[in-house]
Amino acid sequence: MYKYDSYDQAMVDTRVEEFRDQTRRRIEGTLAEENFRPLRLQNGLYLQLHAYMLRVAVPYGTLSSAQMRMLGDIADKYDRGYGHFTTRQNIQYNWIKLDEAPDILADLAKVEMHAIQTSGNCIRNISSDQYAGAAKDELIDPRPYAELLRQWSSFHPEFLHLPRKFKIAVIASKTDRAAMRLHDIGIEIVKNDAGEIGCAFYVGGGMGRTPMIAPLINPFVPLDQLITYSEACLRVYNRYGRRDNKYKARIKILVHEMGKDEYTRQVEEEFAHLLTQGIEPPIAELERIIPYFADPAFDAAASDDLDLSDPDFAVWVKNNTVAHKAKGYVIAVVSLKPVGGIPGDASADQIRLMADLAKDYSFDELRVTHAQNIVFPHVRKSDLYTLWQKLDAADLSTANLDGIGDIIACPGLDYCSLANARSIPVAQKISERFAGKQEELGELKLKISGCINACGHHHAGHIGILGVDRKGVENYQLLLGGSEGADTSLGTITGPGFSEDGIVDAVEKATNVYLANKEGEERFLDTYRRIGMAPFKEAIYG
Amino acid sequence: MVETQFRFRDDEPVGDPAVTVDAFGEQTNAAAVRLETGEDARVLLPFLDRIRLVEVEFPGFMDGRGYSAARILREAGYDGELRAIGSVFVDQLGHLRRCGFDSFAPNTPLDPVDAENAFNRWPDVYQATGDGRQPIWAKRHG
Repeated sequence: MYKYDSYDQAMVDTRVEEFRDQTRRRIEGTLAEENFRPLRLQNGLYLQLHAYMLRVAVPYGTLSSAQMRMLGDIADKYDRGYGHFTTRQNIQYNWIKLDEAPDILADLAKVEMHAIQTSGNCIRNISSDQYAGAAKDELIDPRPYAELLRQWSSFHPEFLHLPRKFKIAVIASKTDRAAMRLHDIGIEIVKNDAGEIGCAFYVGGGMGRTPMIAPLINPFVPLDQLITYSEACLRVYNRYGRRDNKYKARIKILVHEMGKDEYTRQVEEEFAHLLTQGIEPPIAELERIIPYFADPAFDAAASDDLDLSDPDFAVWVKNNTVAHKAKGYVIAVVSLKPVGGIPGDASADQIRLMADLAKDYSFDELRVTHAQNIVFPHVRKSDLYTLWQKLDAADLSTANLDGIGDIIACPGLDYCSLANARSIPVAQKISERFAGKQEELGELKLKISGCINACGHHHAGHIGILGVDRKGVENYQLLLGGSEGADTSLGTITGPGFSEDGIVDAVEKATNVYLANKEGEERFLDTYRRIGMAPFKEAIYG
Repeated sequence: MVETQFRFRDDEPVGDPAVTVDAFGEQTNAAAVRLETGEDARVLLPFLDRIRLVEVEFPGFMDGRGYSAARILREAGYDGELRAIGSVFVDQLGHLRRCGFDSFAPNTPLDPVDAENAFNRWPDVYQATGDGRQPIWAKRHG
């Protein structure tokens, strides 16, 4: 894992002082709320319906146990004893007091953490593959490149007041687990024909009210030009992105309106100019960062044997573990989606327990996934049963990864001031309705957003649900056929919306169509793609 | 005309008021020009040898186009005065300075102590922006 040096620590400590000073001026009244708002947002502090919410950055989703423990302690000390893991691999706390926010940042800084740029119209937390460094199918670990970009994007003076928020994801495997092409910039680390490592740049993807899949604008940017190329992409956006309408301000609209070719031409022109400006860190800086992400000391003699005689354990192993690159090890995923629970929530005690378990069984490391779950990336197979028993005792052994119960949901109208409808109760009802059908339905990604901003990624769900306001009543639209993987696609709306209970029935009808038509090992998505929307529509509205 | 509150230059300030970009094209003796919101800094590049002051207007806290305008001028070799005018607030000062601004004329005068803190806030920086500061990566590999 990356460790701060004295420079990194000083940057984070300085930010704490700066924010303490801004908060003081706000409370004293010399800083108007209008001007405080963008400043607090760039520190992850939102004013929600009932209280302030603080979003803490988890760069590329990687945490040490000490950091995880601190997240649990913060939940107890400053919130109501729980935290909420988000689709940006971050964590947020929903019941924060303004005057305590600087103290939380100071506590975070003690474990090399922060809330820098977790909101606002700036470059947000860089996300990555949650299995980075452990996955069998990756070219290399993408996180050193994400860390290089983290430092470059932190307090970048030119890009703190962009037209709109800006999200970057970095991956290094063909299986895209980070929804890379649904980002403002998606970077895939690739190898060219000469065997050199470089970056493919996809620019202009996003969800929101106008979902778009990012086009490829440059298939190979050499590693020693990564920052310069990123800066060129951002500068063209900062200059020409729309500022007249916040719903048309994301880079996806610029790329769409300008055209991919013209946007690319301008980026290349800016890039050629910026190459003369000496803004790229030397390759030695990347070489300094890479060893922090070296493999832990795997035991080459670790056995692949696993005793699956406990049937509950066997189901969990089947659903919640993923192949590891090292023999005798496995990636284990803790679902934060218990039946009827709030997706992504964990109590302070659960957070601390996961911190302890990571120390004992996963080389001191955890990951947060964009599906709002927690990963133990490096578990020795001989420890897996013990780990599972300890998780089970803390209500953390739900065996539903990537199944219908593993719902992604935004906070919705229960917390968020932008929402049109509640997401959490719908997620809870679906989770309860389908609790017994998990195995039968197999992989089925269901995602719920409480408004058109799409924080719950509904466009990318095999089944997506969008909450809207219809003449003052919460109404839910159903979408089918979205996907966020290497086969990224956007879901299609089935037709008129439903009430809160009606949407649960509609989902059941859709799954029944799947079960009746499924061929062989087809997933819900495969069947939908083969038979099309018509049979689903007929069952749902017929 | 709003007064310049902070200036980090030793040369004599330009006395003439800045003209608009349109007027500047016609007045071949003008040495001071004002870029209004959204105007392209690149139109000034052919005239940099006769410009001594560029004012860049900030219409509000949220509009960050002026930061790119400043860097474009500096990267093209402009070394005259670069003044941020309009809705300029304390918490922008350090970042504006890093992008190449060296004078500031906020619509509403800023608290001098808060401004002093803002200018001197960051002991180090992560990026090279052409402002002469050595970024952290350069210090690490000095």
